[in-house]
Amino acid sequence: MSSQSSVATSLWEGGRSPYATNSKKFGMWLFIVSDSLTFSAMLFAYTYSRVTNPDWPKPFDFSPAIIFASMMSFCLLSSSLTMVMAVHAMTHGNRKATVRWILATMVCGATFVVLHLSEWMKLINVEGVTPFKNPWGVPLFGGTFFALTGLHMTHVICGLIYLAIIATGVGRGKFKAEDVEVSGLYWHFVDLVWMFIFPLVYLMSARVG
Amino acid sequence: MSEHIEEIHVGGTTGTFLKVWIALLAMTGVEVLLAYEQVPTMIMLTALLGLSIIKAALIIAYFMHLKFEKLSLFLTLFPMLIFCIILMLVFLGDATRIPHMRPF
Repeated sequence: MSSQSSVATSLWEGGRSPYATNSKKFGMWLFIVSDSLTFSAMLFAYTYSRVTNPDWPKPFDFSPAIIFASMMSFCLLSSSLTMVMAVHAMTHGNRKATVRWILATMVCGATFVVLHLSEWMKLINVEGVTPFKNPWGVPLFGGTFFALTGLHMTHVICGLIYLAIIATGVGRGKFKAEDVEVSGLYWHFVDLVWMFIFPLVYLMSARVG
Repeated sequence: MSEHIEEIHVGGTTGTFLKVWIALLAMTGVEVLLAYEQVPTMIMLTALLGLSIIKAALIIAYFMHLKFEKLSLFLTLFPMLIFCIILMLVFLGDATRIPHMRPF
């Protein structure tokens, strides 16, 4: 055993992983980098549309809408904490605690989706916002808003399905610590994207009084 | 032989995670307060982006564990990503000129 490990002395001579990660984790990192470029491109498209239209609407009243969106941020941030606890429990070999923490993460994520969908329904049914028109002027507002938050919500829903599969597997004794860690990476990324969407889309369009 | 393949990275403790979570919540609170106070647009945008970048860095470093990975992983992924994102700013100058070029 020890004679084998001394064969490859340099990191780059083969037989060792140069990043000291497993391939699943590295693959997830590559996906996250490419996906963050997708979200960046959409945030820049929104920024450009907004800069070229000085009369961009500010439809979010502080009292219901911004406080509502802050609660959604709270759900996602808390779900990141529970997810990191799940990874922590799994690295210590505690499968029961891992399943419980992942379930807590899923509850926070599902709450986020429910709150977000009810906000969408209010915008669509009560205010009459569609991707092509809205009551406040610049029609692009609906397009950028639904594209950005819709793509993000799709990521959250995919994350919920991913976590459900991981939690079921961990409960049945399948999967290793690295699998939970990789699903955690994806979940934190979804949280991270919201850290940019929330200030740029909601807070920059807040209306007080 | 299998030591470095099955090696478990234990980075951070429950206390660290809690501290990071509280810091993230506090920064979100400051952002919401800025929106409530109706700070001038450019100051608001700068402050919000600054806070968001700090929050993103905290999430990446502690929750996504990158602080405890090898430096080579960070160097492979992030300089390129940041460079590409900055490249997307290339046309911002033109975008700010468009409102002044409209004929009305």
